[in-house]
Amino acid sequence: MKTHVWRPLYVVIGIILIILIIRAFYVPSDFGVHERGYMYGWYRKGNIEEWKNFKVKYQGEGYCKDCHPDKIESIMKTPHAIIQCENCHGPAIDHPSEPPKLKIDRSREQCLRCHFPLPYPTSGRANIRGVDPERHNPGIECVMCHNPHSPSSGGKR
Amino acid sequence: MPTMMSSLLLNLIVHGEEWTAKELFVYPNEYIYWSIQIVMYPFMTGLVAGAFVLSSLYHVFGVKQLKEMARFALVFSFALLFCAPLPILLHLQHPLRGFHVLMTPHFTSAIAAFGIVFFSYGAIVASELWFLYRRHFVDVSLSLKNKPDKSLSEWIRFLIFCSLTLGVYDVSEDALKRDERAIKILAGLGIPVACFLHGYAGFIFGSVKANALWMTPLMPVIFIMSAIVSGIALCILTYIVTMELRKLFVTRKKTPHQLYQSREEIKSVELNVIKMTSRYLLFFLIAAISLELLDLVFRGYTAVKSWDVLRSVIYGKDFTNIFILQYGVGNLIPFLLFLTPGLTIRRVVLGVILVLFGVFMMRWNVVIGGQAFSLTFSGYMHYHLPIIPHNLETFKEGFAGAASIFLLPFLLFWLMSKIFPVFSYKTEH
Amino acid sequence: MISRRDFLKNAAKGIVGLSIPLAAIEIISPEKIFASKGDKKVRWVFLVDTYKCVGCGLCVKACKLENEIPYDANVTRTWVERYVIRKDGKVFADTPKGARDGFTTDKIALGEGKYQEIKKEDISQAFFVPKLCNQCENPPCVQVCPVGATYQAPDGVVLVDRKWCIGCGYCIMACPYGVRFFHPVYKTAEKCNFCYHRITKGLKTACVQACPFGARQIGNIKDPDDPVSKIIMTERVGILKEEYGTKPQVYYIGLNKEVR
Repeated sequence: MKTHVWRPLYVVIGIILIILIIRAFYVPSDFGVHERGYMYGWYRKGNIEEWKNFKVKYQGEGYCKDCHPDKIESIMKTPHAIIQCENCHGPAIDHPSEPPKLKIDRSREQCLRCHFPLPYPTSGRANIRGVDPERHNPGIECVMCHNPHSPSSGGKR
Repeated sequence: MPTMMSSLLLNLIVHGEEWTAKELFVYPNEYIYWSIQIVMYPFMTGLVAGAFVLSSLYHVFGVKQLKEMARFALVFSFALLFCAPLPILLHLQHPLRGFHVLMTPHFTSAIAAFGIVFFSYGAIVASELWFLYRRHFVDVSLSLKNKPDKSLSEWIRFLIFCSLTLGVYDVSEDALKRDERAIKILAGLGIPVACFLHGYAGFIFGSVKANALWMTPLMPVIFIMSAIVSGIALCILTYIVTMELRKLFVTRKKTPHQLYQSREEIKSVELNVIKMTSRYLLFFLIAAISLELLDLVFRGYTAVKSWDVLRSVIYGKDFTNIFILQYGVGNLIPFLLFLTPGLTIRRVVLGVILVLFGVFMMRWNVVIGGQAFSLTFSGYMHYHLPIIPHNLETFKEGFAGAASIFLLPFLLFWLMSKIFPVFSYKTEH
Repeated sequence: MISRRDFLKNAAKGIVGLSIPLAAIEIISPEKIFASKGDKKVRWVFLVDTYKCVGCGLCVKACKLENEIPYDANVTRTWVERYVIRKDGKVFADTPKGARDGFTTDKIALGEGKYQEIKKEDISQAFFVPKLCNQCENPPCVQVCPVGATYQAPDGVVLVDRKWCIGCGYCIMACPYGVRFFHPVYKTAEKCNFCYHRITKGLKTACVQACPFGARQIGNIKDPDDPVSKIIMTERVGILKEEYGTKPQVYYIGLNKEVR
């Protein structure tokens, strides 16, 4: 028998065929080479839509304005105007339906983000006034005395 | 630490955090992601490639003294081949998706070569084994076929051996000669594929420009050289162990195959084969160490941006791992053991164990060493290998997982020797 | 010994046999490769002003909440680094929890529970550097993905397909900037994607929106009227680790040579 030498090769080809058949069923049809070429554009196209449909959580100041104009107006007159509402009030998501009430971050750490004094030359941080948290009423929330919506009205005694 | 405990409870210890300790300035997302299993993988594939090259030395280059070793090495290479993908499966965060590399391979990545290389290498080794043992399969299946009352285990044995013949029952002189020629071609074809099998592993590291220690064109060559070293060393070791076991059986008159009449005959054959093989071991050992030292010298001489942090890692933190363990214990001492006159089996055993340790340390120093410094070049990461596992992750990526993978090929080899008997003159070509 | 005729016959059979399944592969189609190289209308780029950044870390907090990265996990899609350069030339840098809680101590974290105290008068200069994925033009992370799970979208953003990623970690090792990590829950590779779900709707990224000081901005380099494009084209901007040839698309104003 001259052809017995090729038997193993037939087995190998058989296995390759099985892999290709599985591939035809398993790999989604939109998987292929897309715009950026094979090196950077080898992917499943449907994934782009999946990422576009990811839920947006932070809505931005404009979202708060319609229902809370007074709050926006008050803070706009202060240096805290630059801070987004959601930075302290948390992401709006679908507020007021979900969540119905936003959890406000009233902790000392939130204020210390900017108001821990770091006198760094060449950095904008040096221009922000701060306090030593270990000396200035340690353990008490800053908002007990200071109103973030009106910080320059001074600390209440 | 309380924060660590609460994070553990919430399953928020990120992959790598448990065994990484950061020092100085390290990016927040940097951890030792490629740990012990990535050290094991090139180690195992190195053993595979090395064992195969050793087997081919007989089949292709006709080095007659290696005849016994050749058959042994081929079966062991096959057993190792099944164990080699296991470190990867234990490392992958989604092991069940591992076959995606066969479904949508991205060939700009060295890892994508895994599917093709492993498969073709497996095909070559399996085919070569088929040709080598074909007569044995035919003999066993025919003898079992003619037996009237078969027990269950004999039925299973019959089915296995029947299917292994692939429907070919011609064992004439002509057919066997054709088998020999096929073996020779496959062994010759297999050498570059075995080199590729391990070269691509070296390329995986050498092509990562982001890692200052890994990035060098020498990496694939260094890996291949040390792979061959480890393969040869492992074959010598297992060969000696099996020969010792056979001597034990002969003394106690338990062996089914009365091949050698006496202990002395076994002993003389052994030493000859081993002396021959260890010469090749030394040659590749010298090649491997030369390339590594060359790489080190070049780095020190050119002193690019990363040299400061690399120097502090190589000559500082990893000094013991590199110079004492890998170069000293793993290279220099075996060198002396093999070269000083009056070679004994005991010295060979010690030598090959140290060589295997040295090759393992080389993989360790590349993989872990490459992650010992931060991408910032101003920070370090220390690796603490999990010894006693307390969850799945510390088992998979810890000492327990690595040890199981190291021991598995021996178990598989024993199982395979039931189908591919390694020491039987009756089936020999 | 097989005759030449038989060899040729079998080879021909083999080739014909193989070409049938090869047609089913279609891994690379030449027409698709030479098709348009990207959406010509949009290419997202980012601009960081290190003079304006104060290290408040509100960007890191917003990113974590917007992109569902577990808040207490020690990984983050974006972070802020602090550099303090002493008058004797020594540079200290740290990034505690990626600046998730800002910088609320003047002691530099050295790891292993150690801190470096620096006196105010010893400081020559100090600044903050926000970092995020550079969405490189030649992303090495995409090049090394073995299965095509990470890729570059036509508008330049590099994304990860969570359903396809096998979790090998090669992309994480290949990124020179250290922006990638394993998501602790999904166990796939993860990184900043310029809040793709927001920018494709005309919103700003979470970090750009959260930053009170305007240190972060996102724009479209293909739009000549985009304020970000104008700054990049007309002012002195720098990029990170350009020696790697990745062509990063996050531009820095005030980039110091000591920035890692």
